Amino acid sequence: MPVQYTSITAEHLAVRQAAGVFDISHMGEVLVSEPSAETFLNRTLTNDLRKLAPGHGQYTLMCNENGGVVDDLYVYRLTACEYLLVVNAARTEADVAWLKQRLQAFPQREGVGLRDISDQTGAIAVQGPVVVDFIGQCFPGPSTGGATESSVTGLNKNQIGRFSFGGAAIWVSRTGYTGEDGFEIIVPNALLEPIWNELLGLGGPCGLQPAGLGARDTLRTEACYPLYGHELDENTTPIEAGLGFFVALDKGDFVGRSRLADQKAKGVTRKLVAFKMSEKTAPPRPRYSIWSSAQDGQRLGEAVSGTQSPTLGVGIGLGYVPPAFAQPQTPLAIEIRNKRALAVVVPKPFYRKPN
Amino acid sequence: MANVPSDLKYAKSHEWVRVTGDSATVGITDHAQHELTDVVFVELPTVGRQVNAGEACAVVESVKTASDIYSPVGGQVTEVNQAVVDNPALANNDPYGGGWFYRLKLANPGELQALLGPEQYLAQISAS
Repeated sequence: MPVQYTSITAEHLAVRQAAGVFDISHMGEVLVSEPSAETFLNRTLTNDLRKLAPGHGQYTLMCNENGGVVDDLYVYRLTACEYLLVVNAARTEADVAWLKQRLQAFPQREGVGLRDISDQTGAIAVQGPVVVDFIGQCFPGPSTGGATESSVTGLNKNQIGRFSFGGAAIWVSRTGYTGEDGFEIIVPNALLEPIWNELLGLGGPCGLQPAGLGARDTLRTEACYPLYGHELDENTTPIEAGLGFFVALDKGDFVGRSRLADQKAKGVTRKLVAFKMSEKTAPPRPRYSIWSSAQDGQRLGEAVSGTQSPTLGVGIGLGYVPPAFAQPQTPLAIEIRNKRALAVVVPKPFYRKPN
Repeated sequence: MANVPSDLKYAKSHEWVRVTGDSATVGITDHAQHELTDVVFVELPTVGRQVNAGEACAVVESVKTASDIYSPVGGQVTEVNQAVVDNPALANNDPYGGGWFYRLKLANPGELQALLGPEQYLAQISAS
């Protein structure tokens, strides 16, 4: 996926107003099969897998023994006995190694099948308010696996169904990373190009545009979705990142549980905040220092993400600060090009799609 | 294919200069705006400032990246373009016209000889 096909702003606005299509094939895919897959995964991931009926997925995290994040990912229950993990491109190798290591220590490891299918598998994301107008023509229903739906547009958020394209089976989920309605299509590599072309052919008249990495980043920043390596890393916990909702402390033991339970009970020393620039300035960017707004301000932390928001027309960012400075409306100063520019903590997300 | 007007001089660092008498107008080229993509912020030198040829005197930030602008020639800044500060997209949409950055009174017109002509600049950007 290139940084942009035309311009980051144009592609970003296309996704918000019509639709954009992203080649996300570098993401990793891992299949984990029963009979002991559910127990193994529930001990390795933070969210509660037992909630998932076939055809349902959930956002979750994989933590190390200190509660630090190894990766954030989606897990889908495809069938009664098979789970699909979709992981970050840059973490695929680390994730598979981690899973294999955890599996070695798992007593019922003979009952777990683990298969990294990333090399044979690609993916395409199509996101935006008009996607529902054309996607059904690309993948006519009904589903043949996963969620039972007569059409792709019948899938609810986080549901996944098996459909067909050119006679081959593909998986379509109602998920995305932009804050808009959309779908992610997981396919064998050979189908990538034909599906890409078919989507552009059907969606073009509705305003569908190819969108690249640059727009993907500005869109997810506006939606306050974390990006591994920025909001999340091996020294940051989901609690610090504000993702406690996806940590099911009461499901039983899992890797990192004790540290996370401790943090939920006693609080954290750093918290992820969303901030908006209050004055006209160059955009905030990752690694820029965050200061308190007082005259003799103290350095509070660092931005982990930042950009000029195409939708809001103002600089926005995410960064870690001590909890005392994490309340919305707290004034901050962001060090941009050796000057401290005023900003303010705002509630997340910066952008929420209408209705 | 980038637009390279024939009546301008160019710096290797992708600024252009339009000379009228002893006054020089400076901006960024079509090639530069295309590489930067969406310009979201422009910071210009203050009127009255003395700049030297090759000195960083302005800043352009796009969604993608930040870039220093180096004055192709030296002199005293006489005027800055508030329109491009208020509407940074002018640098993308009209880099040689409404997207100009600043004007200065040339201290040493001889410096113009060191700049590239349109054919040389075009050759440089075609090779990259």
